[in-house]
Amino acid sequence: MALLEIQNVSRRFGDFTAVDQVSIAIEAGEFFTLLGPSGCGKTTLLRMIAGFDLPDDGRILLNGEDLADRPPEQRPLRTVFQSYALFPHMTVEGNIAFPLQMTKTPAAEVPVKVQAALEDVRLIGFGKRYPHELSGGQKQRVAIGRALVTHPAVLLLDEPLAALDAKLREEMQIELINLQKEVGITFVYVTHDQTEALALSHRIAVMNKGRVEQLDQPSKIYSFPTSRFVADFIGKCNLLEGPVTASGNGVVTIDAEGLGPVRVASSAAVTAGKSGAIALRPEKIRVATSTSAVGATIAEPDRRPEAKPDGRSDTESNNHFRGTVTDHLYLGDVTVYIVSTPQGCKLETLLANSGAGRTKFFEVGDAVEMSWSVDAGHFIS
Amino acid sequence: MPGTSSHSAMTSRSSERFGKWLVSAPPLVYLLFFFAIPSLIMVLASFRTPGEFGGLSPLVEDGRLDLNLDSYVRFFTESVYAQIFVKSVWYALLTTLFCLLLAYPLATLISRSPKKYRDLLLLLVILPFWSNFLIRIYAWMIILGPNAAMARAVNGVLSWFGHEPVALLFSSFAVLVCLVYVHLPFMVLPLYANLEKHDQALLDAAQDLGANGWQRFWRITFPLSLPGVYAGAALVFIPALGIFAIPDILGGPEDSLIGNVIKQQFLETRDWPFGSVLSIVLTVAALVLAGLAAWVGRSQLGTRSSGALSRA
Repeated sequence: MALLEIQNVSRRFGDFTAVDQVSIAIEAGEFFTLLGPSGCGKTTLLRMIAGFDLPDDGRILLNGEDLADRPPEQRPLRTVFQSYALFPHMTVEGNIAFPLQMTKTPAAEVPVKVQAALEDVRLIGFGKRYPHELSGGQKQRVAIGRALVTHPAVLLLDEPLAALDAKLREEMQIELINLQKEVGITFVYVTHDQTEALALSHRIAVMNKGRVEQLDQPSKIYSFPTSRFVADFIGKCNLLEGPVTASGNGVVTIDAEGLGPVRVASSAAVTAGKSGAIALRPEKIRVATSTSAVGATIAEPDRRPEAKPDGRSDTESNNHFRGTVTDHLYLGDVTVYIVSTPQGCKLETLLANSGAGRTKFFEVGDAVEMSWSVDAGHFIS
Repeated sequence: MPGTSSHSAMTSRSSERFGKWLVSAPPLVYLLFFFAIPSLIMVLASFRTPGEFGGLSPLVEDGRLDLNLDSYVRFFTESVYAQIFVKSVWYALLTTLFCLLLAYPLATLISRSPKKYRDLLLLLVILPFWSNFLIRIYAWMIILGPNAAMARAVNGVLSWFGHEPVALLFSSFAVLVCLVYVHLPFMVLPLYANLEKHDQALLDAAQDLGANGWQRFWRITFPLSLPGVYAGAALVFIPALGIFAIPDILGGPEDSLIGNVIKQQFLETRDWPFGSVLSIVLTVAALVLAGLAAWVGRSQLGTRSSGALSRA
């Protein structure tokens, strides 16, 4: 039995359905993330788990027990709020001791547990300070320490890193992963930041318009998005749309708009003529200087002759298209190149700038050849 | 060139200082004319001799300066004045306490009501100020009068228990009720201003951490509202300490407060020096008590209150 079960939960505000028939089962010890754009219902769902809001339909079970009749103060769950919500008139120690005092912990044990919590969140020596004397990252740690000190069954985190700057956010992400491993408490994490969700989670539920679009491990969600929304929301993605022209033998072919026939490995049995899409990550596309261009310099960072065990030639297993570079974005570690085909399809591609002194492979206007293997993309019906 | 840059910095600094003076000049002039000079006149008067027919005798008589401590000696030797003083402090404290007890729920209610009604509710709180102070006190004479519904109801219940009827008017009860009534808005407004800024997330967090309604109030809301409580207490206590109109109109002979005695000295006995001494003692007591409250407030809240308010 899962630790926390959300069963067919719906919440409506007037005509607006914030959460629509959501069912999720979260296992003990899991780092689970609710990911979605603002207004997708993830925060409403979190508030219902915490008890600040009640579902119109459905049930929320913790260890098999329905939480409906329990107000927030009686639920063995703790929330880390986006604004930290530290009590400004109490010291760090006072803040962390607060939940212990509320749960009638014997007075002798309180300082011991507070010290242990301070140690957990690496704030030894900060106990006597007041919240306004702390940096954003330190406040965040106090909020987490305060929520963890009573060893709740589940820790709910509502965009806890949203207010931190990028560098600190990454540090805190690593700390959160380690902390969750150490304390072994189930984390339910809400964020709109897909890189954060991918980095932290064991499993992610991608939410859109109150519904769960896809629930899976981060790598599965990234590589095999099951809907156009997920493909588009998680990372950068080229969506090649068009009617299916053939399917069978584990390969689906679609007549992609502005591109032509594109083959993709898929076990889905699709009848020809139905519309479909292929989600193709920019980093899966190989870009090389067009061989037809006379005297073109060789700049083929990723072109290796591929050994095909089944003996099929490269052209059979790969998709090949020609295009022209129309834009590029230098991002430091990588450069993004926008390549347009003669028929007007724009594809986003990505090349790592890992070579010494190498910052640019192509200029705007360069003719290039793109190719990707059949199993690089993912078919979405 | 470091010389020029430091020179320009200096001129900008001095012009900034001039600007600060310019901005603070009107309130300073106001304080000078309406506080500092009258206070000095009063201090000087307290050392002078009362005139034969009231007022003050000439400051310089027969070529010598006529200043003495007679009025101070009288205040500290005749215990009746100290008694009245203590009674006044007691009445003012009771007034502050009842105002706080009544204003807190009201200010909470207003701060939690929908935004569009808040201004209207605040307007209702200050509405009594639109009619004359004395008229409002006379209104209480009617409300508490022996033939009014309230007195009849109270005496009806009392006679039921075989008790003698009581008079509500011209009593300490009437004085206290009216003191509370008059000063209530001064408690509501600062409390509302404080409570309105409270962050709901803090109460959510407290609830999430296991605090029930009473614990949320006592551990979070109340401590954070203390700056408002202190401000309201000072605004109620200080005027309540010096009031004379309410005991005059609604009180019995036993309800004379320090304000009544001061008024008596100036208008009836016409002993200005002694009236000045009483006024000075009153001012000093009010300042000491207000300073004490501020000190207690600051030591309790530390620098936290500023943090709490800027956050909220």
